[in-house]
Amino acid sequence: MGMDRSQHAGRSSLCCPVLLALSVFLCCSAAEGTANQIPQRDPGPLIGEIRSGSVDNSTSKDYQIVQLNWPHVKDTYIIAVWILVASLAKIVFHLSEKVTSVVPESALLIVLGLILGGIVWAADHTASFTLTPNVFFFYLLPPIVLDAGYFMPNRHFFGNLGTILMYAVIGTVWNAATTGLSLYGIFKTGIMGPIQAGLLEFLLFGSLIAAVDPVAVLAVFEEVHVNEVLFIIVFGESLLNDAVTVVLYNVFSSFVAIGGENIEGLDYFKGIVSFFVVSLGGTAVGIVFAFLLSLVTRFTKHVRVIEPGFVFVISYLSYLTAEMLSLSAILAITFCGICCQKYVKANLCEQSITTVRYAMKMLASGAETIIFMFLGISAVDTRIWTWNTAFILLTLVFISVYRVIGVVIQTWILNHYRVVQLEIIDQVVMSYGGLRGAVAFALVVLLDSQHIHERRLFISTTIIVVYFTVIFQGLTIKPLVKWLKVKRSQHKEPLLNEKLHGRAFDHILSAIEDISGQIGHNYLRDKWTNFDRKYLSKLMMRKSAQVSRDKILSVFRELNLKDAISYVSEGERRGSLAFIRSSSDVNVDFTGPRHSVVDSSVSALLRGSTSEVCLDMQAIENRMKSGKDREETVTHHMLQQHLYKPRKRYRLNYSRHKLAVRNEGEQQDKEIFQRTMKKRLENFKPTKLANNYTTKFRNMKKERAAKKKHSDAMSNGKIPAHSVSFHVNKDSDVEDHYDPSDGGISFLITPAHNESDEPITGFTNPGFSTEEDDSTFQMTPPWVSNEETVIPSQRARLQLPRSPTNFRRLTPLQLSSRSIDSFLLADISDEHPLSFLPESSM
Amino acid sequence: MGSRASSLLREEEIEEIKKETGFSHSQITRLYSRFTSLDKGENGTLCREDFQRIPELAINPLGDRIINAFFPESEDQVNFRGFMRTLAHFRPIEESDKNKDPRVPEPLNSRNNKLLFAFRLYDLDKDDKISREELLQVLRMMVGVNISDEQLGSIADRTIQEADQDGDLSISFNEFQKVLEKVDVEQKMSIRFLH
Repeated sequence: MGMDRSQHAGRSSLCCPVLLALSVFLCCSAAEGTANQIPQRDPGPLIGEIRSGSVDNSTSKDYQIVQLNWPHVKDTYIIAVWILVASLAKIVFHLSEKVTSVVPESALLIVLGLILGGIVWAADHTASFTLTPNVFFFYLLPPIVLDAGYFMPNRHFFGNLGTILMYAVIGTVWNAATTGLSLYGIFKTGIMGPIQAGLLEFLLFGSLIAAVDPVAVLAVFEEVHVNEVLFIIVFGESLLNDAVTVVLYNVFSSFVAIGGENIEGLDYFKGIVSFFVVSLGGTAVGIVFAFLLSLVTRFTKHVRVIEPGFVFVISYLSYLTAEMLSLSAILAITFCGICCQKYVKANLCEQSITTVRYAMKMLASGAETIIFMFLGISAVDTRIWTWNTAFILLTLVFISVYRVIGVVIQTWILNHYRVVQLEIIDQVVMSYGGLRGAVAFALVVLLDSQHIHERRLFISTTIIVVYFTVIFQGLTIKPLVKWLKVKRSQHKEPLLNEKLHGRAFDHILSAIEDISGQIGHNYLRDKWTNFDRKYLSKLMMRKSAQVSRDKILSVFRELNLKDAISYVSEGERRGSLAFIRSSSDVNVDFTGPRHSVVDSSVSALLRGSTSEVCLDMQAIENRMKSGKDREETVTHHMLQQHLYKPRKRYRLNYSRHKLAVRNEGEQQDKEIFQRTMKKRLENFKPTKLANNYTTKFRNMKKERAAKKKHSDAMSNGKIPAHSVSFHVNKDSDVEDHYDPSDGGISFLITPAHNESDEPITGFTNPGFSTEEDDSTFQMTPPWVSNEETVIPSQRARLQLPRSPTNFRRLTPLQLSSRSIDSFLLADISDEHPLSFLPESSM
Repeated sequence: MGSRASSLLREEEIEEIKKETGFSHSQITRLYSRFTSLDKGENGTLCREDFQRIPELAINPLGDRIINAFFPESEDQVNFRGFMRTLAHFRPIEESDKNKDPRVPEPLNSRNNKLLFAFRLYDLDKDDKISREELLQVLRMMVGVNISDEQLGSIADRTIQEADQDGDLSISFNEFQKVLEKVDVEQKMSIRFLH
C-alpha cells in the first residue's frame, strides 16, 4: 500500500504545484498586464464590494480572531475561480453529447466567454479580464505546444517534414504578403475610407493574421479525426510557421517603428537572415534541451517522485531560453518534446510516464480552455472596438481566398515529389483548416499604439477573423469532412504482424533505395536509426531500457502487459462480485469505482492488492531464461496461451484530450465472453479446487492426469511444480529498472513455489470460487464433457455460465477453429494453474 | 553518364520496359546508368556479388533476402529487364495505374504485388505459406541479439496466431493480406524514383 500511496502522492503532488504555479503566474502577470493596459480600471464588481467590506473590518485596532483578508488572495483567487468556471463549463458542455458532437468545444468556450464578459460588463461597464499577451505566451501557450511535441507522431511528422515546411514557410509568407498587399491596394482605391496606415502597417497586419494557429487547429481537428497525413500536415504547419510569424512580425513592427523612409537595403537582408537564425536557433535550443532532459532522466532512478517534474521544467526552460534569445520559442519547445519523447519514455518508470501523460494533457487541455474562454471575454470591451465594414470583410475574404490559392499552388508543386499524393479533397480540408486563433490575437494586442494608429481596428478585425474561423469554420468543417468523405483515421489494434511486417517493409525500402542508388527518405531514416542505436540511445537511455529497445519486442511486451493487466482486472472484477456474495473473511474491497483506462486499472489493482508491485514482462522473460528447460517451455507455453488478445485500442493520432481511453461502446461479443469465462474457470479453479473440492473432483482430475503425458507434473490435484504468479519481487538480482524499492508489481514466474497450494487469502482465488461458479463448474467441467474435442460447440458455448453485464470491455478474441482451449486442456490448465499472489497473502 | 547509358540501351527495349513496368523514359535511363555502375563484370547482367558490394546492404538485416528477390528461379544472373521488373514493385501507385482494364494483369506495383514481394521474402521454400520456422528466421534477422530464442519463439507463435485463420499454424498469402489490410501498403512499399 505504501507504494500505492506514494504513487498517488507523486501524481497529485506533481499536478498540484504545477497548476498552482500556473495560476500564480497567471495572476501576477494578469494583474500586471491589465494594470499596464488599463491603468484607470476599477476593480471588478465583485471584488470591489467585498473589499470595501473587509476594509471596514480592518479599521478597528483590536486583535481579530477571524478577518476577511480578501486583497491578500484576490488575484490568485480570481484566477482560480476563472479556471474553475471554465472547467465546470466543460463538464456542462459534455453533459449533452449532441451539442459537443456538432459544435466544437472551442466555439462553445468562446461563446461562454462572451456571455461571462457580457455579465461583467453589464454589472460594471469595465472589461476586467482580458487575454494579455504576457499570460498567453508565458503560461498558456507552452503547455499546449509541449503537449503537441511530446505526443507528436514522429514518424508521420518527419515523413512529411518537407511538405510541412513548405506550407509553414512559403505558405505563411505568401499569405502574409498577399493579404497585406491586397488590403493596401484596396485601401488605395479609397473604399475603406480614412485609415491612418501605410504599406508597412498593412504588411504587419498581414503577417500577424496570416499564421495558422496551433491551438485552434488542434482544438478543431481533434474532433474531426481526419487521416494522419492530413492532420499532421495542417498541424505541423501551424506549429512550424511560428518562426515565420515571429520574424515577419518583428521585422515589420520594427520597420514601422523606424519609419518607412529610414529603411535601408541592409535591413531587408537582416530580416531574411533573422528568419534563419530564429528558426534554426529555436530548433537547436529545443534539441539541446531535449538532450539534456534525456540525459537527466537517465539518472533519476532514486528520485522517482520528482522524475516527471524534470520533463516539465526542462521543456519549459527550453521555451524560456529561446524566448530570452529572441528565437522561436514555439519551435524550441516543440522540438524539445519531439526529440526527448523516445528517451524519456524509455527512461522513466511506468508510473512516471503515466503521470507525465496525465499532467501534460491536463495542463494543455486546461490552458486551451482558458485561452478560448478569455478570447470570448476579451471581446467585451468597447475600448478595443472600431468598426470598418470594408476592412473587416475584405480581410476575411482575402485570408480565405489566398489560403486556398496558396494551398493549391503549393500542393501542385509538392505532388511532384510526394509518394502519397494530396488529393483535391485533402486540399479543400487544408484550405478550410486554416484557422486563426489566440496567437494572432496576442500579437495584435502587443502592437504599440504609438506607432500603429489603427491598432484598434486591427484588434477588432483580428477578433472577428478568429471568431469567424473558430466558430464558423469550426462548426462546418465536420460536416464538410463527412460530406467530402475524407479518409478518416482508424482505430487500430497494434498487431504484432503489422509491426513486424512494417519493419520488414522499412528494411526492404531502404535496401531498394540503396540498390537503385537513390538517397531518399528511407535512406536517411536508415542512417538515422543506425546512428541513434549506436550512439544516442547508448548515451541517453538507461542500460535496462536499451535492452528492450527493439520495437518489435516492445510491441510484444506491450501486448503481453496489456493482456496480463486485463487478466488481473478480470479476476479482480470477478473477485469483487464474489466477495459480496460469498461473505468470506477476506476483506478487500473491490467495489470502488472502476476506471476505464488500462493504467488506472493497474492502479486499481495496486490499491486492492495492498502490495508493492510492478508489472514487468521482462522479469518473466528473465526468469524464464533462468529456469529449467522443461519448466521453461511449459510455463512459456502456458503464458502464451493464457494471455488474452489485446483489448485496448490505441490511436496513432495525436489527441490532446484523450488518453487512449478504451473504446467503451464496443459491442460485447457473447461468444468471446464465454470463452473467457471458460478459460478462467480452467485457469483459476484448480487452485481453489485443490483446497475445497470434493474428492470426487480430485479423482476426476487424477484420472485425467493419468492420461496425460505430463502427469508427473501434478499430483493429487495439487499445484504443480511451478506456477505463474503475480508476485512481489524480493530478490534484487534482476535488472535495475525494477528494484523492489521503487515498488512495482513484478509479474514473475516463480519456479518451484507451491504457495498457491495453500489457502489463499489474497483476492484472487476466493474470487474465483463463488458458489455460482462452483455449480456451473460441476455441471460442465469442460474437460470431463469433452475428452478429445476441446472446442465447445456453439450450443455448448451458449450454455456456458452466466454473463454478467460488466464484461463489456473485453475485446473480441479471435475465434479460430483451432481452439486455444485445446492447449489449455492439453498441457496446462489443470496442472499449472495461474494464481495471483499478492504480497500480503504470503 | 545518362547519355552513355541511354545509348547502350536500345529504344525499343526502353519501350518494352516502359510498358511492362510503368517507369518513365528518364527513370529507365537513370536506373540503367545505376545498373551499369553496379555491373562490375560489364557483361550486361548483375550477379549476387554485384549486389553484395553495395555497402549499405551489408548492414541491412534483410539485405540478402532482398538480393535474392532479384534472382527468380534460382538463377545467378539478372539482366536489366529483370532488374527493372523487381524495382517496379516499388513504384508508387498513380492515378493512371488505377483505372486499368480488369482483363489486363495487375501492374507490378499493385498492392497485391507489393504484398507478394514481401511475402516471398519470408517464404523461403516457396510453398506459399510462412511457417513458424520461416518467420523465426526473419525475426532473428530483424531483432537484436538481446532477445532470447524463447522470446523470439513466443513472438513468432503469437504473430502466427494473430494472422492464422485456418489453423494450420502458418500464414498463407491470403492470411497475410488479411492481417495487413489496415496497413497502407501502397504507401509503405513505395519509394519515389527520380524522374
